[in-house]
Amino acid sequence: MSTKINSSMSLAKPDSQTLSKTQKIAVALGVVGLFIMALALFNVDFPNKIIFLSLSLGLITAGTIMFSNNAYLTKQAGIKNDGVWFKSIASRGLWGWALGIALTLFYVVLYFKAEWLGLAADGGVNGGLVAMFDPLSRLLNGGPASQWFVYGTLYTVAILVFGYKFMLKYRHNRYEQLRTISVMFFQLAFAFLIPEFMARLNSETFSLPYYDLKNIWPLNFYNFDKYRVDSMIEAGDIGLAFLIFGIVSIFVISPILTYKYGKRWYCSWVCGCGGLAETAGDPFRHLSDKSQFAWKVERWVVHSVVVFVTLMTTAVIYSYLGNDSSKYWLTKDVFLLGVAGLLTVVFAWVMIFKRKELAKDAQYGAIGYFVIIMVLIGMHYFSGTKNVFLVDTYFLKSSYGFLIGAIFSGVIGVGFYPIFGNRVWCRFGCPMAAMLGFQQRLFSKFRITTNGGQCISCGNCSTYCEMGIDVRAYAQKGENIVRSSCVGCGICAAVCPRGVLKLENDSMNGRINSNDILLGNDVDLMDLVNQK
Amino acid sequence: MEHIVIIGNGISGVTAARHIRKLSDKKITIISAETEHFFSRTALMYIYMGHMQYEHTKPYEDSFWKKNRIDLKFGLVTAIDTEHKSLQFENNENLQFDKLIIATGSISNKFGWKGQDLKSVIGLYSKQDLDQLEAIAPNNEVCQRAVVVGGGLIGIELAEMLHSRKIPVTFLVREESFWDVVLPSGEAQMLDRHIKSHGIDLRLNSNLGEITSDDHGHANGVIIAETGETISCNLVGLTAGVSPNITLVKSSTIETDRGVLVNRYLETNVKDVYAIGDCAQQREPIGNRKPIEAVWYTGRMMGEALAQTICGNRMAYNPGHWFNSAKFFDIEYQTYGWVFATPKGGNAHFHWKHNDDQKCITIEYQEASNIFLGINTFGIRMRHEVFDRWLTEQRTTDYVIKNLKEANFDPEFYKTFEDAIIRAYSNQFNMA
Repeated sequence: MSTKINSSMSLAKPDSQTLSKTQKIAVALGVVGLFIMALALFNVDFPNKIIFLSLSLGLITAGTIMFSNNAYLTKQAGIKNDGVWFKSIASRGLWGWALGIALTLFYVVLYFKAEWLGLAADGGVNGGLVAMFDPLSRLLNGGPASQWFVYGTLYTVAILVFGYKFMLKYRHNRYEQLRTISVMFFQLAFAFLIPEFMARLNSETFSLPYYDLKNIWPLNFYNFDKYRVDSMIEAGDIGLAFLIFGIVSIFVISPILTYKYGKRWYCSWVCGCGGLAETAGDPFRHLSDKSQFAWKVERWVVHSVVVFVTLMTTAVIYSYLGNDSSKYWLTKDVFLLGVAGLLTVVFAWVMIFKRKELAKDAQYGAIGYFVIIMVLIGMHYFSGTKNVFLVDTYFLKSSYGFLIGAIFSGVIGVGFYPIFGNRVWCRFGCPMAAMLGFQQRLFSKFRITTNGGQCISCGNCSTYCEMGIDVRAYAQKGENIVRSSCVGCGICAAVCPRGVLKLENDSMNGRINSNDILLGNDVDLMDLVNQK
Repeated sequence: MEHIVIIGNGISGVTAARHIRKLSDKKITIISAETEHFFSRTALMYIYMGHMQYEHTKPYEDSFWKKNRIDLKFGLVTAIDTEHKSLQFENNENLQFDKLIIATGSISNKFGWKGQDLKSVIGLYSKQDLDQLEAIAPNNEVCQRAVVVGGGLIGIELAEMLHSRKIPVTFLVREESFWDVVLPSGEAQMLDRHIKSHGIDLRLNSNLGEITSDDHGHANGVIIAETGETISCNLVGLTAGVSPNITLVKSSTIETDRGVLVNRYLETNVKDVYAIGDCAQQREPIGNRKPIEAVWYTGRMMGEALAQTICGNRMAYNPGHWFNSAKFFDIEYQTYGWVFATPKGGNAHFHWKHNDDQKCITIEYQEASNIFLGINTFGIRMRHEVFDRWLTEQRTTDYVIKNLKEANFDPEFYKTFEDAIIRAYSNQFNMA
């Protein structure tokens, strides 16, 4: 028996899981990089900010690369989950909690106390951490940094360096590598560089709002705010093109891509939230809650967010539209009728064609939500109050921004990675994921196919599903996995030791196929039990 | 209400219980002395390796059993009284049954080696084995070397497990190559190289002579029979296969041989007593299958079939085409149909191996008719459904090779090797 004292708070701690010498040096490099930022935060005025910023980001990058090389390139390609549950940071041990709290605090400050990071008061000069990013900001967009520029830079660096780590970890798996390159590209180009360059093009006569083109409503719930729409319209053809692209991506591009490939085309190939979750968040994917209870909570919460964002956006647009149809065809009334009509069409289509594929509670949910929306619209329509949906639109908008935009997607979504897993936001909060998921469940060629009778119920797939899907429950029934929450990360298929799971786009027929008797048994018995 | 009692909460017993519940309202009790709830035995290795925790190995949430009115009883049955239809427990409790299903699984083989019952000598089958392993070999300071005896599926798992904690492993394999009683030599040798490439001290053609002991009754070394070499170690893993766990049954009127003897309906010689899974032995073998099949999915299939019989639709256990799978360190293995280590009479092998030494396939076929009989595939995932169909349709090997793409089950964007396989096949048989 070991007489050593267990220093970790993790329950089991084999000593062999400690870091190698090289890994310790790598961690030290990264910590020095972070320390430089900490110094800046405490208002150490570095003489040459460019050098110190480069040094800081460079050390963080070098540390991560060095760590990853040592962790993965010293071993043969293959699944690298040894000791995951023994590591304090990855199993809600002391380090996990410490990291979770640190991240959470960072988000709280970022959203609510940016001046603590050094953000200048109106017209002033930045100090602290924000000031350190000024030179880089000037280089890219011509202006001083904001807390969002700092955040955007760190976010992008995180996706890039941890993306590199992830690609080494899965270097035997081309699906994982390609989609990681994809999220790294979309983050760097679309989320980070292009909007900054666009900002540079702005002048007194021409101005476009900050626009990450891959962000689609309802993820960018603010896209149709009055100031944005005004500014896009005022920016002439280019602005109008952006506005139209924003609308087309909701109603045309994303439904087509989701039909063909499932929602993974967005959630694990393009999206920035997904990008961070899949790279920096990967070491925490197994912490997601797989219980049926969590699934129930998930369905209620995420669909409530969809209702919330739909009501809020409708209200916001409604509030700035006019009443006079002779001035512009899109009036308050036309718009409301349009929204109601669209919802009715979707609702009717689901109820008529897809009723069987929905579980009972989903039907109840759909009916409930539909009634609520119709009642609210009706109330406005017949009562004529100034406030749509009974409440002030500004209040709606700001509560959504606070509750969902800041608290849910930032503080809980990322801050709680080491506690609840890396996809808490995507699973419980993201209205975009819910809408794509709704379509994925009912109208998509995507599924995870299970391979006949090969499943041995080991549970690797369920354990490593970041969305908390109990994949095994399907695999051991020989049933394809068609779940609205599945982001198609492909890790279940990767960690399966028996080659049971495969992400595929195939015909809609027989996509959902529950089997009580699996392939391999008596054919007569299979016929008897399965053909109900 | 009829009371169905199942001894053993492994995959066989649990599948039987689930299907009986689907088909009927009978009272069901599952007894286990191993764990309170059903867990996946095949996942034990991942707990030790830190991929999963014990909780993750349970395929059903703990609330599942109550919801489905399946009673769980934790306790050790010591006697079966078939005459009075009663079970006796270690604590002298009794339990009456109307129908009894024996699903007690396996125990690790021991072949009378000297020292086999010392402390620090373990098998790898049960949750208790795993707990013992965790105690004996928590890390490479406490356990400075381990010797694994027996070159089969469990042996290589144990070697991989210990390796994951950086514990040096000596792996004694009796045969010329790892698992070559089952695998054709090209495959077995590829695995030898793979095992060694992970730093495992693989000793082929090596039998266990004896296990030596320290003053406290702990194993401290292993002597190899052939060479007399002593390898000092802190853990000995005996993984030379498993055999039915039927000590309990032997003292009853239920007929046994190596396992509990059953007919095709999984009925024993005693009315209302059945046996399924690892512990059952078929009186008449089914096709090429062994009379005792200690395989996850056969246990499940027996459970599926027996539930029908118990619920009034008497049905033989009639498995379809053979298949199986495993993983050897980083190399996945699947098999569909029958491929033997050396081709059976009138059969031949087609073997293709990628030069990365991580992928290969072997096809066994009838030489005269070219009919496809089975495939072993390493490092390339294949579709069960497609091979099952091809076997039923008795396709030729030419057809199978030509249509191999249809059977590919590797993840998207993976490199494919069908073209290389077709070329190799065409070259070998001088086809255009």
